[in-house]
Amino acid sequence: MTHIGAVALNTFREAVRDRVLYNLVFFALLMMGAAILVGQISIGIEQIVIVSLGLSAISFIGLLMAIFIGVGLVSKEMDKRTIYALLAKPVRRWEFLVGKFAGLIFTLAVNTAAMSAGLFLALLCVKHALERSDAELLVAVYFILLKLAIVVALALLFSCSTTSLLSILYCAGFYVAGSFVQQMRTLRGDLAGPATAALMRWLSYVLPNFENFSVTGAVAHGVAIPRALILQNTLYAAVYCSVVLAAAAIIFSRRNLK
Amino acid sequence: MALANNVSMPGPAIEIENLTKEYPYGFLHLKKKTSLEGLTMQVQSGEVFGFLGPNGAGKTTTIKLLMGLIFPTSGHARLLGKRTDDVQMHRDIGYLPEQPYFYDYLTAAEVLDYFAKFFDFTAQDRRDRVQRMLKKVGLETAGKIQLRKYSKGMLQRVGLAQAILHDPQLVILDEPMSGLDPVGRREVRDIILELKHAGKTILFSTHILPDAEMLCDRVGVIVGGKLQGVGAPGEIVGIQAQKMEILFTLASGGAQTGAPMVANATRTGDRYRLQIAEQELYAALAQLREAGAKILSVAQVKPSLEEYFMHLVAADRAQAAAVEVTGK
Repeated sequence: MTHIGAVALNTFREAVRDRVLYNLVFFALLMMGAAILVGQISIGIEQIVIVSLGLSAISFIGLLMAIFIGVGLVSKEMDKRTIYALLAKPVRRWEFLVGKFAGLIFTLAVNTAAMSAGLFLALLCVKHALERSDAELLVAVYFILLKLAIVVALALLFSCSTTSLLSILYCAGFYVAGSFVQQMRTLRGDLAGPATAALMRWLSYVLPNFENFSVTGAVAHGVAIPRALILQNTLYAAVYCSVVLAAAAIIFSRRNLK
Repeated sequence: MALANNVSMPGPAIEIENLTKEYPYGFLHLKKKTSLEGLTMQVQSGEVFGFLGPNGAGKTTTIKLLMGLIFPTSGHARLLGKRTDDVQMHRDIGYLPEQPYFYDYLTAAEVLDYFAKFFDFTAQDRRDRVQRMLKKVGLETAGKIQLRKYSKGMLQRVGLAQAILHDPQLVILDEPMSGLDPVGRREVRDIILELKHAGKTILFSTHILPDAEMLCDRVGVIVGGKLQGVGAPGEIVGIQAQKMEILFTLASGGAQTGAPMVANATRTGDRYRLQIAEQELYAALAQLREAGAKILSVAQVKPSLEEYFMHLVAADRAQAAAVEVTGK
């Protein structure tokens, strides 16, 4: 665990020193601008607009970070040859990989937490007071973080086996496909053909189901999130990440570091 | 062509047996490029071993195989008795990669502290070691500067510091003198000698031959992925045919005698210097006496390591060219 912690801390430090968290400034400006604008143009739906806009921005910015930084976690170390000196220490390759994963998740968590604070501030500006039901926002933010964890795991898997550009494309493709899992599952055989429908159904169970994590609409309208869904999504993300990371570790442990 | 090891040592620190590395390339990876072919050698405990060869000879490939960074196509190696896939092997091994590059957003002290964390030292021990190492490589005043502001030579020193940070028994250095000015090279040489006096085993690759001649108990020469010879620097060059040098003067004061041996000699002032093969010595001496020469000295000429090295490289290139022509 010490080794994983050391790698994770260094990954976080890299993100901080490379000014990755500067995106928070952009988010803060977006939220302030939105709060001012929404206050002027919308009557009665300020909360819905602010929450939808805020959660979408948190998700989008987090997704960009998860894909682009996630793909670079391993490939950057190999391109810059920093990995040679590290793997010449008594550290296992899977420890390096898990440490990198944990470091980026921690970075994303800090980033997401800061953006959530900004979202609450924007809400406060618009509503002048927070209600108990606004705490559901935290559940939506937690789901975004779980979704990002899966994306980071996929980015690591792809970057262990192919080029950075292809890894980015695969990640984006998986994300888009994973957002339409329900449609794939319910595709009718008489419309798409039985073979295609069967393939889509099979794929829908292999691809990450990102639809389960999308609760922005419900939270924006003040609908409570079932506690069972929180448990289900947590378990799903944990199992999915574990399987993907295990596959990445197997590939990486056999890779020649030329 | 390998020579017997005359140096008495406790046992091998590195054992390499029939190590081969091939890289597939081309369409469907059907073609193979052999970077290292059937390397078998040993490095004894406590010795400084120089791994010599031109660029692309297979030195770095060998070192990466030893460090477990790449995997052999066939053969195996043991370092300090442990297999190269045993991660615990790295506890007693220090490694300096070729042209090292480290996290440029960290300071030298932070990089060393980061690497020290993998050896389970206490925080205080880590701090002490980091300071000691920075001082040893002459970076104590630059320890708090981010590595992105370091020169190539300074990065090389950081690399050396991280390689010996944990007081390893075996130190493997890939081109440690590369990128260093004469002062830096001298400092690295001193560190290698210091490690040797502390009883450490050192394997370093280089193409700077005077450094190898100065530091190494033994050297191995690798060309074209094949080990061409192993032995003490003075011993290994003796593999080539010995030459003899005769220094003489002529009673005639330099007048032409007609003797072919005199015609082949190089004149410097009133002295003549003649280099011949060992087996021609007596015939040459007889001929020179007949020509009225006064023999001043007869000495054996050993080629330098550089001459030996260049001879091997030329032979390898000639062989490669022959293969290209004949297609075999």
